[in-house]
Amino acid sequence: MDDLYREVIIEHYKNPGYRGRLDPHDIQFADNNPLCGDHIEITLRTDEAGNIVDARFDGHGCAISQASADLLVESIIGKPVEEVKQLNKDYVLEMLGIDLGPVRLKCALLSLKVLKAGVYGLGEASDSLVE
Amino acid sequence: MPLNVTKIRNDFPIFQREIQPGVPLVYLDSTATSQKPLAVIEAMNDFYRRSNANIHRGVHTLAEESTALYEQARVKIAKFIHAPSAHQIIYTRNTTESINLVAYSWGRANLKAGDLVILTEMEHHSNLVPWHILQGERGIELDFIPVTEEGLLNLEAYKALLSRGPKLVSFTHMSNVLGTINPAAEIIRLAHEAGAVTVVDAAQSVPHLKVDVQALDADFLAFSAHKMCGPTGIGALYGKMALLESMPPFLGGGDMIKEVHLRSFRPNTLPYKFEAGTPAIAEAVGFGAAVDYLSALGMDAIAAHEHEITEYALERLEEVPGVKVFGPSAQYKGGVTAFVLDGVHPHDVAQILDRDGIAVRAGHHCAQPLHERFGLPATSRASFYLYNTKDEVDLLINGIYKVKEMFG
Repeated sequence: MDDLYREVIIEHYKNPGYRGRLDPHDIQFADNNPLCGDHIEITLRTDEAGNIVDARFDGHGCAISQASADLLVESIIGKPVEEVKQLNKDYVLEMLGIDLGPVRLKCALLSLKVLKAGVYGLGEASDSLVE
Repeated sequence: MPLNVTKIRNDFPIFQREIQPGVPLVYLDSTATSQKPLAVIEAMNDFYRRSNANIHRGVHTLAEESTALYEQARVKIAKFIHAPSAHQIIYTRNTTESINLVAYSWGRANLKAGDLVILTEMEHHSNLVPWHILQGERGIELDFIPVTEEGLLNLEAYKALLSRGPKLVSFTHMSNVLGTINPAAEIIRLAHEAGAVTVVDAAQSVPHLKVDVQALDADFLAFSAHKMCGPTGIGALYGKMALLESMPPFLGGGDMIKEVHLRSFRPNTLPYKFEAGTPAIAEAVGFGAAVDYLSALGMDAIAAHEHEITEYALERLEEVPGVKVFGPSAQYKGGVTAFVLDGVHPHDVAQILDRDGIAVRAGHHCAQPLHERFGLPATSRASFYLYNTKDEVDLLINGIYKVKEMFG
């Protein structure tokens, strides 16, 4: 019936492959979407060459936020950290395969915002990271 | 006399709207803002087409007319809440600004370090943050009347707080999440016995119940037009005359002064002392039209209708497996139902309901501490007003079953 809740989103929401927390980890960051109360934490392990060798997300929130986190985390394993720094909003939207209004866009991009704040080693995540 | 809801719905142009082709609007978000009847839209439209001018200082025909319309609306609003005088109605932008006016003007003049202000755990952010700011500025102390599991204020705990000699008690008349209608008259009586001044956040009560500021003996009472069929951008603060007169101005500028010299000013009389700058004139006219509209229907009839819908909605929601409703039983509440559905985030619930044209709200509804109290990040909220029907409740329930199926 609807594009917004494509099977892939419901499936990743209900059965995420990468939910959890890596301990120890090399990079960790967490943030909230105050509007919805969505919460995402991402933990990463990197190797000496600067590649992401493993990644997990944890948190709670709507199907869009959690599914996009699962898809994002899955997609960055094996990628160089430098490449992850360049990821933008289109990258996430393409994976989700849906169009989103301004309110739900924040849900979809929370995980990318958290990821980029983490790889850049920032103290605080800002919306400009995913514009 | 019961409301003629079919006729009422025809008064609201927005109900002609289809959200998608063939999908009518089911508007269950009046707690956020109500829809507007044609009478209000037309009153504002007429004002701009016929009478628009700035108020108070002009002597030309239009200035006289707009001033008269602006002030007539104030008289209507005063009567609506049974204020002794229209001079005690201060136009603000909304409830939030009304509460801020009290905090900035009365609060700064009367509160000092260590003074206790009592709030409740069920407040909207608009009745928390102004006091947080004053706490940072002045070192006042804040304490909170706890909310019971059932969603009522714990009045025994309140009495214990009162024994600490608070200067102010500021509380919501009706919760925008739980729907709880608090026993305002009793809360105020007890506060007065303890020597405290009271502020009533009436954003949710004035639109839905008969509110009488004199019967309540409220010191201050704040509400917004847009939740009671009026426009956005205008609200009101009622205050007792002696308090308002004793208070310093809030914002400085035109209209709030009697005279201005290079190095000094003398403030205007009430209510203008608190109305700096060109106000929302057309909105005031719309506010007056909204009060006329509600008064003609009768607040008791509106409250009775909403009670019936709420009772029915609670009954139907509770029969859906996996749904948990927050807040007290229908006898203690107005037309607000906050709920969660097992395994589905409230945002997803709201988004899927929107596909069927059903507008509910999802989030913490500007009451994050209350959600923390119940251990929830968010809820979905369906709220009802004079134009809602039991058929719409049925559509909501069918929609929730669809959500369950998708996430099942």
